[in-house]
This record gives sequence, C-alpha cells and structure tokens, in this order.
Amino acid sequence: MSFPEIIVLVTAILLTITTAATPLLLAAIGELVVERSGVLNLGVEGMIVIGAVVAFVMAQITGNAYLGALFGMAAGCIFSLLFGFLTLTLVANQVATGLALTILGLGISSMIGENYVGQAGAKLEPIAIPLLSSIPLIGPLLFDQNILFYLSIFAVFGVSWFLFKTRLGLQLRAIGDSHGSAHALGISVIKTRYLAVMFGGACAGLAGAQLSLVYTPQWIENMSAGRGWIALALVVFASWRPLRVLAGAYLFGAVTIGQLHAQALGFGIPSQLLSALPYLATIVVLVIISRNKRLTLMNTPASLGQSFVPDR
Amino acid sequence: MTNLETGQDHCLLEVRGITKVFGELRANDAIDLEINSSEIHALLGENGAGKSTLVKMLFGSLEPTSGQILWKGNPVTIASPGQARALGIGMVFQHFSLFEALTVAENIALSMDQNVSIEGIAEQAAVLSREYGLPLDPHAHVADLSVGERQRIEIVRTLLQNPELIILDEPTSVLTPQEADKLFETLEKIRAEGRSVLYISHRLEEVQRICDRATVLRHGKLTGACDPRAETPASLARMMVGSDVKSVSNKGGKISDNILIEANKLSAPARTPFAVELKDIDLTVRAGEIIGIAGVAGNGQSELFDVLSGEETVASADDVRICGSSVGRLGISARRLLGAGFVPEERHGHAAVSSMSLSQNMVLARHRSDADTFLTGGPLKIIRYAAVREASERIIKEMDVRMSGVDPEAESLSGGNLQKYIVGRELDRQPSVLIVNQPTWGVDAGAASRIRQALIDLAESGSAVVVISQDLDEIFEVATSIAVINEGTLSAVEPASQMTLERIGLLMGGIHGEDTDMEASHAH
Repeated sequence: MSFPEIIVLVTAILLTITTAATPLLLAAIGELVVERSGVLNLGVEGMIVIGAVVAFVMAQITGNAYLGALFGMAAGCIFSLLFGFLTLTLVANQVATGLALTILGLGISSMIGENYVGQAGAKLEPIAIPLLSSIPLIGPLLFDQNILFYLSIFAVFGVSWFLFKTRLGLQLRAIGDSHGSAHALGISVIKTRYLAVMFGGACAGLAGAQLSLVYTPQWIENMSAGRGWIALALVVFASWRPLRVLAGAYLFGAVTIGQLHAQALGFGIPSQLLSALPYLATIVVLVIISRNKRLTLMNTPASLGQSFVPDR
Repeated sequence: MTNLETGQDHCLLEVRGITKVFGELRANDAIDLEINSSEIHALLGENGAGKSTLVKMLFGSLEPTSGQILWKGNPVTIASPGQARALGIGMVFQHFSLFEALTVAENIALSMDQNVSIEGIAEQAAVLSREYGLPLDPHAHVADLSVGERQRIEIVRTLLQNPELIILDEPTSVLTPQEADKLFETLEKIRAEGRSVLYISHRLEEVQRICDRATVLRHGKLTGACDPRAETPASLARMMVGSDVKSVSNKGGKISDNILIEANKLSAPARTPFAVELKDIDLTVRAGEIIGIAGVAGNGQSELFDVLSGEETVASADDVRICGSSVGRLGISARRLLGAGFVPEERHGHAAVSSMSLSQNMVLARHRSDADTFLTGGPLKIIRYAAVREASERIIKEMDVRMSGVDPEAESLSGGNLQKYIVGRELDRQPSVLIVNQPTWGVDAGAASRIRQALIDLAESGSAVVVISQDLDEIFEVATSIAVINEGTLSAVEPASQMTLERIGLLMGGIHGEDTDMEASHAH
C-alpha cells in the first residue's frame, strides 16, 4: 500500500469512529446537564429511540433531513417533559419513571415507525468548511462532517463553559449539590430542573436523529440498541465532567470500530469477547482517570435522584 | 397578648399574632414580636419551642397559617427567601445552607445580584471579611473548611447583601469561645451601623451579654418579652423551661487506679475525603472517671467514637484496650460483651431504628450482651418478648421517658425522650465502660440534666465514662478530666478543676502553647 492509500484508509476508519461516537456524546452530554441539576433520568434510551423514529419519519414526509433532525430534537424534548412532569411536578420516583420512559419510548417508536421499516431515507450530508476541510487527514475528519458532529463537539465545550463560567450554570450545580440550600437561597429548583431535563431530552433526540439520518439512514426497530444506557454509564464514569465524557465517548467508539475490524480479520479471539471489549475498555479507562476520590466526590451531584418538595 | 407599642416609630419589624400549624401541632401559636432599628433582639427558647419555625416564616421559607408581618409599619407578605432579601432581611442558618462542592466565592455569588461577576464578588468578600475581622479565602472549597470558617461565609454572605435585619440561628453552637467573641464584636459593629439583629439562642449568658431585648418562647407560645440584662439567668431559664431545672449534683466519686479504657498512639486514616484522620491519640480512663472530650464539630469526634466503639476497627488490636483486653480488631458486640456500652451521636438511624418499637430497639443493641435474658437457647434464638418488655419498662421508669402508648416506635418520641431511653438502655446493663457522643444534642434542658446526672451516677458507681461533646457547659458539669480534640489530635487530659474556658478555647483552635494568635491556626 502506498502512503496516500494508507491515509485514505486511516481517514475512513477514523470517520467511522466519529460516527459511532457522536450519538453517545450527544446523549451523554445532555444527561450530564440533567444529572448535574440533581435529576437522574434513566429514560435516555427511550428518548433516543423516539428522536430516531420522529427524525426519520419527518425527514421522509418533508423530504428534508435537516427538518427531520429538528423534529427529532423536539420529540426528545417533549418526551422528556413527560418525565419532568411526573418526577418534578408530581414527585414520582425518578428511577422508576425513567425506566418506564425507556419502555414507553421503545413501544411508541415501533408503532410510529411501523410503515417505515427498511425504507431508504434521506441523509444528513457532510458540510465542508472551506480551506480547513482540505487539510490532509484532519480536514475530512473534523471539517467535512455532518451538522450533528459539529453540534456534538460544540455541545461539549458549550456545556463546559455554561456549567463552570456562567451564573445559571453555577445555580444548576448548586441545585445538584443541595437542592434544599438552593431553595433557601431563592433559586428556583423546579424550574431549573425542568430546563435541564428538556435540554437532556433535546440532546437525546438529536442522538436519535444521528442514528436514523447519519449512522444508518433508515428506521430499524429498537435502533438505539442500548446506546442510552452506555451514555448513562459514560456520565457516571466521567465523574460528571464534560471533557471526560468526550474522551469516554470517543474511546468507546474507537474500540467498537476496532473490534469490528478485528472480528472481520479473524484473529481467533471469540467474537463475544471482542464485542464486550468496548464496554470493558471504557469502564477501565474512566475508572482509572477518576481514581482521585476527592475530585470525584467534589463533582458528584450530592442530591442526584432525590425528589425535591419545598416545605411550606 | 395585645400590642400597645405600635406608636413607636423606630419599629423595623413587627409580627402580630403569627401562627403556624403543622397537622395537629401548633408550632407557633399567636406570637407577637417587635424588633427596633439598631437593636440586638434575642429570641429565646428550648429546642422545639418554635424559634426556627418563627424565623423561617420571617425569611419566607415557611408560610404562616395566620397572622401579620409588618415591615417598617407596612403589612407585607413574605412568600420566598428572595422576597425577604429584597425587603432587607438576611439570614444566617443554623444548619448551613452552603454548597460543599463549590468555592467560597461561588457560594456567595449564588445569593447575590445577577449582575456582579464571580471575580468581583470574590474581591468584595475578601475586603468585607477583613473589615469585619472574619478572614476568608474566596477561592477555597467549602468542603475543606472548618465549621467556624463555614459560619464566617454565611455571615459575610449575608452582610454583602446589606440587610437591615440579620437573623442568626444559634450561631455560636459551632464556635470556639474566642470565635464567639469575635462574632459578638461583629454584631456590635452591625448594631452601631444602625442595623438590627435577631439573635436566636438558648445560651443565656450570651443573650445577657449582647442583647438589648429578648422575646421568649415555650411550646410554640410567647411566654414573655423582657430586657435580658434586668433578668437573672435563673429567671430567664424559668421563662424558657416553665419550671426550675434541676441542677446536676457532682460529688466527684473515688477514682481508682484500675484502667478500663486505654488508647495507645491510636491512629486511623480518613475513610472518606471529607472525614478526619486520627493521629496518635493517647487516652486512659480509670474506674470512677469521666473524661470530657471537647472540640469544635467535625474535628474527629465521630471518628474517635467509631474506633472506640468498634464501629471501625483499627490496624493493631493493642491500640484500643477495654477492661484490660485488646479490642482494636473486635466489633461492637464483642466489645459490649466485655462490659462496654455505647451511645452514638445520631439518634435516628444509628442509635435507634426509627420505625421500630423501643423494646425492639433494645434487643437490637443488646442481643449479644444480654443473650441469656432476651433470647432462648438453641439455633433459632427466639426473642423472649416478656423479658424484653420488662427490661424496656424498667428503663422507661428509671429514666422518666415520656411517650404515648405502650412501647411506641422510636420516631414517635421527642428527641429528648428518645435520647433518655437510649442512654437508659446502656445504663440498664451497668456497663463498666460507657462511651457517649453528644449525649444531649438537641435535647431539652430537663432531659439533658437527667442524662448528665445518670452519667455522673454511673461513674460514681465505679465505671469509666467518656463523654464527647461540643457543649462546654455540659463538659464542665460532668467531667472529672478534660481533653480537647482538634483536627484528629487529642490534647493531654487535664483535671477539670484546672481547666478554664479560655484554655479550652485555645486548644479547640489548635493552639497548645502560649501563642494566642487565632488566625495563625487557620492559615493552612
């Protein structure tokens, strides 16, 4: 193989990695904001799959993949409002409600998408950024991508900036640390949590849109395939820190693609073991980087999963 | 009670007939209160008298059931803490409303106007804290700070809002005497600026020292308004408690040479990042002795209790000895079998299971040490409820535990009565060693004096007792010798008769020599 050929091959492999990592990153960064506000939404899987089906169906109906993605995002957001209403307004148990949301999402999505299974659909095409996209290797990888890739990277830095540099971000972290104290200071706990939950839903919806408009541009039942759970795990193992979520999502994506190639090449390693590798590798690496107990404790939202009822 | 002084034009805050009902309980029943400008006004009352409920309504975190609040003569509804702040009311909470994971500046920023940057606030806070003599590092994480430092944040945060009325809820309960002095200076400075302070306390000396007027509550009702300087501590106590509190008699029994509790160079690493590491603790307690261990909260008291009681074991068995046996590697039940009794700090969830009855709680604590009495032999170890009930009734009678019904759940008892039962449960065994942590925290004065007397009586009968407490009055009342715990290190044990409040205060601040510069100890 000549050098240019190697470059092309490497670029192709790296591109598949970004495609595998983007939905995880989108869903995880949204859930990170939700959990930082002290809410545990286990319904990520359900919101992703709803986002996927709505994005695909609306793209088919309107003939525009961008409109499809927008609808997917809105669907995830609206679906998360159901979770918000149950857990924040009616003070239902967050764990049970989140699980129910996942089951409900999988069911509803199958129903909505029934007539669209297997149809070839519209695709979100890459948008090349002038000049930058012509840089070898980096260009096609980072600057000739679809809009959801750009959004996912932007979301990581945007969320990081929001949480640690803005007042609203500070309030959100304060609510996650101690909702009682935050309420005593006059911060609106419920309102902020609603906004966080909706942001998480919108991100999960976009993650779904990425699956049905970029990853495999068609609708397949249960196409979220457990990514919502991986996103949830990524948030915890990344100690609720945005840049670590980025690292975790890409590591997971890389090992997933790597083990697929290894399976194809047939190294004689049992395929079940290879399939388990991404999960193992991600957990091991994130556990190792979060071994600083003090720092982890500092970043863990102390009121995570607890319902808030102001005593009046 | 009618209000005849409405004509007074300096009245900053007036409360008329405010009432708060929680279910069956009238936590506040038609309370009147008047606070003038440039006044330090005391709100006195025992635990559970309704002080906190009243101030929560003033600060908008609770909604009154009925009654009226007037601010500068105008009726107002205070629906939220934000509204209270907008009026000019600031509050320093008893249970800190701080965020441990955030920095000092971030904590302060959260309660400030939207348009000030966090950096700007850090600067303001540093300047203001120096001005009032409450030094703070704005970039430190709250989790790393001592309780006294945390209180400073609360005060600085409240001052930065420039309130006209500052409410302080039991502010000195977590301070060393020297830190408290500093706080009083700050309060006098605030008064001199024309602002007012509502000072909540059950410590009479403090109130007499700094307050201009006092309002006294008992069982949710107003029992009087007075000038505390014109009263005696006894007359104030009567207003608070409703009857004279029996004082504790401490004859001081004979101390033998028989060492019952021993810790030798006892060290234990911190179990969590926020816990305290115990360093080289030496402690010997002889039969007949009560050692009081003083210290500001969070300096290793619970860690020390855990290693002495066996809740946490230590590396070497010889590090802790009870009644002559090396017990460092033994658990609680094994130590109880040697004749030790333990009363941990938290009543609910630690000393007692809230939802279980008193007698069941007793079996949980004593199922090993009193297996012969409470359990039948054989592999199933069936509980003999007749024997259990008999013992439980004996404890209830002995300690004068007041409750409703026969053998009620632990959670239905008031804090004081449950604590009397828990202490009684241990005393009933006549333990030769008793270790108690904060025995009268949040307990009313009557129950507290009953518990203290019981501890003294136990020591006089020849047991060794360790009392870990933040309440210095309690320590002086019961202890024959005193040591101070500070950042996991225990000072040398000294006879109580030779200890002064000032010396304890210095030890609590971590100063063992003659150096009286308090701040040096905080610069870490």
